[in-house]
Amino acid sequence: MNNAFIIGQYIPGESIIHRLDPRTKITIIFFFVIIVFFANSIASYGLLTVFSIGSALATRIKLSYIIKGLTPVWFLIIFTFILHLVVTREGDVLFELLSFPVYSGAVAQGSAISLRFFLLILVTSLLTLTTSPIEITDAIESLLHPLKRIKFPVHELALMMSISLRFIPTLMQETEKISKAQASRGVDFKTGPIKERLQAIVPLLVPLFVSAFKRAEELAMAMEARGYQGGEGRTKLRELKIKPIDIVTFGIFCLIIIGLYLTRT
Amino acid sequence: MDISFENVAYTYQPKTPFEHRAIHDLSFQVSSGTFVAIVGHTGSGKSTLIQHLNGLLRPTQGQVTIGDYQLSSDKKLKEMKELRRRVGVVFQYPEHQLFEETVAKDIAFGPANFGVDQAEIKKRTYEVIQAVQIPEDLLERSPFDLSGGQMRRVAIAGVLAMEPEVLVLDEPTAGLDPRGQKDIMDMFYRLHQEKNLTTVLVTHSMEDALHYADHVIILDHGTKYMEGKPAEVFVKKEELNKVQLDLPEVIQFIFKVEEKFGFRLTYRGQELSELAQELKELIRGADNHE
Ligand SMILES: Nc1ncnc2c1ncn2[C@@H]1O[C@H](COP(=O)(O)OP(=O)(O)O)[C@@H](O)[C@H]1O
Ligand SMILES: [Mg+2]
Repeated sequence: MNNAFIIGQYIPGESIIHRLDPRTKITIIFFFVIIVFFANSIASYGLLTVFSIGSALATRIKLSYIIKGLTPVWFLIIFTFILHLVVTREGDVLFELLSFPVYSGAVAQGSAISLRFFLLILVTSLLTLTTSPIEITDAIESLLHPLKRIKFPVHELALMMSISLRFIPTLMQETEKISKAQASRGVDFKTGPIKERLQAIVPLLVPLFVSAFKRAEELAMAMEARGYQGGEGRTKLRELKIKPIDIVTFGIFCLIIIGLYLTRT
Repeated sequence: MDISFENVAYTYQPKTPFEHRAIHDLSFQVSSGTFVAIVGHTGSGKSTLIQHLNGLLRPTQGQVTIGDYQLSSDKKLKEMKELRRRVGVVFQYPEHQLFEETVAKDIAFGPANFGVDQAEIKKRTYEVIQAVQIPEDLLERSPFDLSGGQMRRVAIAGVLAMEPEVLVLDEPTAGLDPRGQKDIMDMFYRLHQEKNLTTVLVTHSMEDALHYADHVIILDHGTKYMEGKPAEVFVKKEELNKVQLDLPEVIQFIFKVEEKFGFRLTYRGQELSELAQELKELIRGADNHE
């Protein structure tokens, strides 16, 4: 299991960000993803950076852990930056790197794009870090509720999502268990020629599929046995409620949007 | 092979918010040919411990020595494959590891990975299916068509076919019917003696630990709580209850008899029915004297 990679991981906690209504978080992120593309000056980028880092700090999860957990993303960011340095030809030539002329426009554009990319990933990973999968599903069901009018199967979609999310950790554990069992029978997943390593996947995948199908069947049976019949008239165990803190957070976010509008050039 | 743990600690996902110290300050020694039982409450670190025996986990602190192989946090073992061949592990619910089209192929999977030739694999296959009592005509069937108990036996056969010198068993009888449990434990015990194995059994059954093991190690919260000969460890009622373990039935019986009749039957590995018989004769003998 790759423990270091944090995208999609949930870390339970009691911070302000954890306690926000998941709908608040999703809505803010939705708008954040849009407004990131409106930033165009150093001040506006600065504002968004402060907002993102501030939110990350407010989760009370160690910033170093988050930054390290995004390692694979860092490579992408650096790659994007370098690509820009090489291909963009705007502004003046600043210096030459391995006989490639580097333009000032390239540095500016490369930094801007990389920063945008970083902020997007950081803020979206804060959602999954601080919100349990179940909360996310509930929020999506609630936010998509209006679509029911046009016969969109909102409840079914949410159910599918929450079942898949629920079984991700189970499948991860199962993968680990089976790969250990097969490693004990002499399978080498980590070294050797590519061909052999690909073949080593079969003894892992077959048992995984078998158990996933078995689980699905058992779950369906258990749901039916308990009289499950879908969305109509079903009450909820966890009710979502907008609290004062959500309103304050929205207020702060609106200020950020106004600030962004003012700092744009 | 001799097994030794020296101040071993293992932490899952170190340096993350999920950091979890599963075992710590664990030291013990087991000499070659011993049948060891490891008992402890759920979550006490039994499965973590046994994964060190074939190098699936490397201690985050301390040192594990199995025969001539040494595992520690700072260096990788070069002869990992050799160690895995010599230490066979039967995991909890081993039937989950079956994947081949036929029972025969699945049994052959382990030995083939370790480079055993076809003729030898064939010979071993017939040996091991006899040991686990799988009829020969199942060899060409799909393992997924078998009953749960049969699948378990096939999976065990797959590990035995590697002909390990150390056999590690993680609750091998969990979920089987009582009859099947006894069959399988008797089978492991017979193999242990015939092949001169070193056997490490993780079990929830105090009865099995008492009945089969030469040595018991009790774990609690990731470290050793007690160890010793089963007949000596399993009479310490208070200490065992403190870590939520019960006495084996036979020992409970002996204590009850003492309470009721005021004398102590001596335990020499008898079954409950044999003890009852002894008691009957003792009481009758006492009657005759009067
Ligand atoms: N892969 C893992 N990641 C994190 N923690 C684990 C993992 N496996 C086991 N643990 C934890 O380590 C502790 C010991 O587990 P384990 O060795 O499986 O105990 P036992 O086999 O005695 O029930 C438990 O608290 C368990 O939750
Ligand atoms: Mg266990």
